[in-house]
Amino acid sequence: MAIWLTEHEHAVVAAAADRVIPPVGGHPGGGALGVADFIDSLLGAFVFDPPRIWAGGPFSGRAGGTASFDEFLPLNSLEELAWRTRIEGSKGMVERERNGAVIGWQQQYRNGIAALGRDFCDISGREQDARLNGDPAFKNLLYTHACEGAYGAPEYGGNREMRGWGAIQYQGDVQPRGYTDREVEGRE
Amino acid sequence: MTDTDCDAVVVGTGPAGATCAEVLTAAGWSVIMLEKGRNHLLSLDAPFNPLGHVSNDELKLVFRHFLGPDPWLEPRTFRSSEDDGDRIYTGDVNNLPSTVGGGGMHADGKVPRFREIDFRLASELGPVDGADVVDWPLDYDELEPYYAEAERVVGVAGDAAVNPYAAWRSGPYPMPPGPDMFCAVLTSEAATRLGYHPYRAPTAVNSVEYDGRPACNNCGFCGYFGCPIDAKGDPVAPLRHALRTGRCEIRPESYVTEVLLDETGRRARGVRYVGVDGTVHELSARHVILGAGAFETPRLLLRSEIGNSDVVGRFLMYHFQTFALGVFPFRLHAHRGRSVTHLMDDPIIPDADAQAAARGAGLPWMRGGIVEHGGASHPITEAIHLPPGEDHTRLMMASPMRDRMAAFTMQGEDLPQATNRIDLDPSVTDAWGLPAGRVTYRPHRHELVCAQHWAPRLETVMKEAGARHTFWATSPPLPEQEARRRAANPSPMSRHVMGTARMGDDPRTSVCDRWQRLHDVENVLVADSSVFPTSAGYGPTLTIVALAIRAARALADLEPLRSQRPTGS
Repeated sequence: MAIWLTEHEHAVVAAAADRVIPPVGGHPGGGALGVADFIDSLLGAFVFDPPRIWAGGPFSGRAGGTASFDEFLPLNSLEELAWRTRIEGSKGMVERERNGAVIGWQQQYRNGIAALGRDFCDISGREQDARLNGDPAFKNLLYTHACEGAYGAPEYGGNREMRGWGAIQYQGDVQPRGYTDREVEGRE
Repeated sequence: MTDTDCDAVVVGTGPAGATCAEVLTAAGWSVIMLEKGRNHLLSLDAPFNPLGHVSNDELKLVFRHFLGPDPWLEPRTFRSSEDDGDRIYTGDVNNLPSTVGGGGMHADGKVPRFREIDFRLASELGPVDGADVVDWPLDYDELEPYYAEAERVVGVAGDAAVNPYAAWRSGPYPMPPGPDMFCAVLTSEAATRLGYHPYRAPTAVNSVEYDGRPACNNCGFCGYFGCPIDAKGDPVAPLRHALRTGRCEIRPESYVTEVLLDETGRRARGVRYVGVDGTVHELSARHVILGAGAFETPRLLLRSEIGNSDVVGRFLMYHFQTFALGVFPFRLHAHRGRSVTHLMDDPIIPDADAQAAARGAGLPWMRGGIVEHGGASHPITEAIHLPPGEDHTRLMMASPMRDRMAAFTMQGEDLPQATNRIDLDPSVTDAWGLPAGRVTYRPHRHELVCAQHWAPRLETVMKEAGARHTFWATSPPLPEQEARRRAANPSPMSRHVMGTARMGDDPRTSVCDRWQRLHDVENVLVADSSVFPTSAGYGPTLTIVALAIRAARALADLEPLRSQRPTGS
């Protein structure tokens, strides 16, 4: 289901996600949680209209109410400028380089994935870690996005079947049900 | 009057501007509110229902700048002193939401009043070397009826009997307190055992249906989130009241670039603003009210070259934050409930130990701030602070940094210093091409000594409550943590920004008079926390609202509110 990443790049991101958020002790890990889908949705956010930046509201439907998270909210022209610059980079456009040139996430991923090697999915975990550690800036970007994808709302493409929340005993969004007073005050 | 577009133009739709709009429209004035950010709060068509844009979505609200400002569009810069050069950081500096509802949208709604002494520090406690401690040009007794009115308008739940240090009150809170968070029950009971005086926090969140809005259902997405069900006393109530009069218009995505003066230079004739499409507009008004917050208001004054130029932007204050954290052997589920449900004032009222610590450090006195009893809440924030690899997975599952963590935050009083200021950055600009606001800020020794005194005591309370491990930190970091200060974002995390257009009776040493009007341009009124002469150790919102009610009523020639001090209090 690649949106912006190639199938190969998607596979590399999924493998790398399993190194920064490994499946351990019942936690599915970043790969199975769909971190690669999440990152692909972010890099390809402007393939969609409205772009997949801000999920809708007020409710997801998981705790009652009408589901609306998957109806993404439109950006205004300045917000689009900011998010396109972040994702696509400034590409020499004057309006995107007000305070300097920006290398976008798309380019950072394309370069960072290429540097991990064509054989990244086939090597040992230890070797994968060594290659990730060779580019700390890219590893940090990937890790931040992996955390967002593993534990953000599933409408953004990750946290598949809410297993990211399940693994850490977190309920996620709870409106409009909320919590009872007893659930707030009590030990359980 | 007919030759202007409106009686008053209000810049900013946060608690300050919204309050002024409500008071003035009720008095028959026509008001146009200009808001730089977008509207995600309420429909601007009757009956002004919630828009339903905000949600229990950590990614959108905490990481993707949904309520603005986007630091790429609106960068701010920071340095700790002129020795740092032009800046050491560009990005998010004390950002508060830039959206209809302003800072009220993201606040978790803790709304204590200040105490009597907070308005009279110079008279009661005296000066401190290196700081400019002054009295306010009004006192608590004068402000009390406006505090009561603010609590009624915003909708505050609390229990008047529980805080032994509280200032006198003319009446009860409009609502009883909501449910106590489990972690705050543990820590407040421990604090009581150790001789402190925690109490159930006055909170601008409905505990029962109030003013046509529902009771809070404890979802836990409170601090940093807008309320999806209209139960939070963000400025939705005063904005809705103003809109219902038919005399208020809100124009979002309208960035005020300049206050325009008439030919005398002593009166404002209106404002110039830019729409999101870049079109420039001018709006004429009899009065200009600035409620853009204590960061953006001085920036606008500096751009417009009005206000006492020796003082505008100076005396920037935050709250010096001291965090004492405790890791418990069991889960605390602090993601349920109102983010913080208990406060304690003890560090504000120095005991013998605190007085000795101050004297030992060569200070005549020292005052901390309220201690908020809360916990950590949501998992992306937790996750990005953990290391990648197997430690990540194990720690996320055991959750010592979220589900098993309780947190004290002390909002320590920050003394006013002329060198702490906001000015215009010499080269960084925002997306509209205007100079970014720049902070120059270094805490006074008072704040550092106070934090170091209270942090270990708060850790002791955490241990008494049952925490297995405890640690503490401050924002900004202490000077010996210089290396950390240079890392990532060195600006203070506090979102309580105050003092940058201080009010006073002497036009040489203040920007606004006691009615919050500029000394040099009489029909410009500053409604936000820019006017605070000192920071106190309490959250600023209720005081902003109370002052705004007072200033707006005076502007509209309404009778001052009066209240009766109960006998024996």
